[in-house]
Amino acid sequence: MKEKQVKISLSHVAKAFGKKQVLKDVNLDVYDGESVVIIGGSGTGKSVTLKCLLGLVTPDKGTAKMTTDNIGMLFQGAALFDSLTVWENVAFVMLQKKHPNRAAAKKLAIQKLAQVGLKPEVADAYPADLSGGMKKRVGLARAIATNPEIIFFDEPTTGLDPIMSDVINDLIVDCVKKLGATALTITHDMNSARKIADRIAMLYNGEIIWVGTVDELDKTKNPYVRQFVAGSAKGPIQMEVKAE
Amino acid sequence: MQNQFFSFINALGRFVISFFRASGDLILFTAQILLCIFKAPFYIGETIRMSIEIGFYSLPVVALTTVFSGMVIAIQTYEAVSKFSAEGAVSMVVLVAVTRELAPVMAALMVAGRIGAAIAAEIGTMRVTEQIDALSTLHTNPVQYLIVPRVVAGTLMMPLLVLIGDIIGVCGGYLVGVTKMDFNATTYLVNTWNTLKAMDIISGMTKAAVFGFIITVLGCYQGFKSRGGAQGVGQATTNAVVSSSILILIFNYLLTELFFKM
Repeated sequence: MKEKQVKISLSHVAKAFGKKQVLKDVNLDVYDGESVVIIGGSGTGKSVTLKCLLGLVTPDKGTAKMTTDNIGMLFQGAALFDSLTVWENVAFVMLQKKHPNRAAAKKLAIQKLAQVGLKPEVADAYPADLSGGMKKRVGLARAIATNPEIIFFDEPTTGLDPIMSDVINDLIVDCVKKLGATALTITHDMNSARKIADRIAMLYNGEIIWVGTVDELDKTKNPYVRQFVAGSAKGPIQMEVKAE
Repeated sequence: MQNQFFSFINALGRFVISFFRASGDLILFTAQILLCIFKAPFYIGETIRMSIEIGFYSLPVVALTTVFSGMVIAIQTYEAVSKFSAEGAVSMVVLVAVTRELAPVMAALMVAGRIGAAIAAEIGTMRVTEQIDALSTLHTNPVQYLIVPRVVAGTLMMPLLVLIGDIIGVCGGYLVGVTKMDFNATTYLVNTWNTLKAMDIISGMTKAAVFGFIITVLGCYQGFKSRGGAQGVGQATTNAVVSSSILILIFNYLLTELFFKM
């Protein structure tokens, strides 16, 4: 059987901000066509890990590599450009490259919007006119607009109600499957992780401490993972609470 | 007592380090902008949009500032020179004061408040809502797309604004001279024309270009580096206006020395 190609590779990645060592030694490979979800509590460095991969943060040590620069990204708050209409947001890359022309780019943007369940009427609206769920959908349409080989999802369901979260999860699974893309998601929403992931990795104390499938997640004896999945305050993970 | 001394030295050391760190950061940021100005792609549409925003929409505030500055200078000069029966110097002083100093400095301070603050707030909001990170993931250099059009527009539009401000400021002095001081209108205009030197206009417009560059670079820098939420953006906006106003005054002195050193 042919071995799958590694699309995303994190090798001994370390990053500190001032005295705070956020990432100590992060190691993770994501294979072609695979959907991996990194779970972990708030402040454990999930976003920093993602930013290292995107080149927005330079690791102090180690390497964060991807095999392609044809990527898409769904940001936590969607990060839509306020001054552009919805379709201009979705077709941003096409408009910058001036290929295809504006009319064709708009048509393609409307197709992508339909793919995430949005009607053509939304195309000419501005991001400020949209609800949180609609913004996420537009963000997703923008992320898949260039048919990327790798898609990143940063807390895709944060701030959404449970039903809309499920809708977004379904859309993510659907879009990733249709594109045959490799996906890396960071979240602390376990429902989302279970739905999206082929494999789940847990980040704790600046390191990936556990990697496994969704089935293995329920059977693991790892006390950190068990506590996180159970959402319990009791266990080895102690939340930092500043008293001052 | 000893503890107080050490804590003072500590605080002073922190201030000096943070000052040099921020200065170095700003120099690197400016170098990055200068490199990007001459590198494709060029966002012409965005540059035109910003030129209209900075140039056209700042016109009313610059016109008001310079017309009243010209009027005030005419009154004050008249008060001073009439004691020596040198009323004829009013038109000359108005012209020199407006073209060399008042129009560039007043226009720059107004634009710093209007445009510098707006740029810092807009880019700061884009920073804290991850829109700048989003640009990077969409194969777009944020400096080229966001910063360069603003800096180019600011640097090119400010001299034009000041040229118009020069004309309006001199007109302000003329209005007061003719209506309040009973100067002959033709004589006032002829005196003004005869006093006019190309260097007065060129120095004012050169200053304006430098001020436009300072305002937009500092607005962009403060916005680009802003952190946190609304408070961070508010702080960036304040810093942009304060720092650019101070630098405008410092550079005004340096450029005056350069142009008119005796």
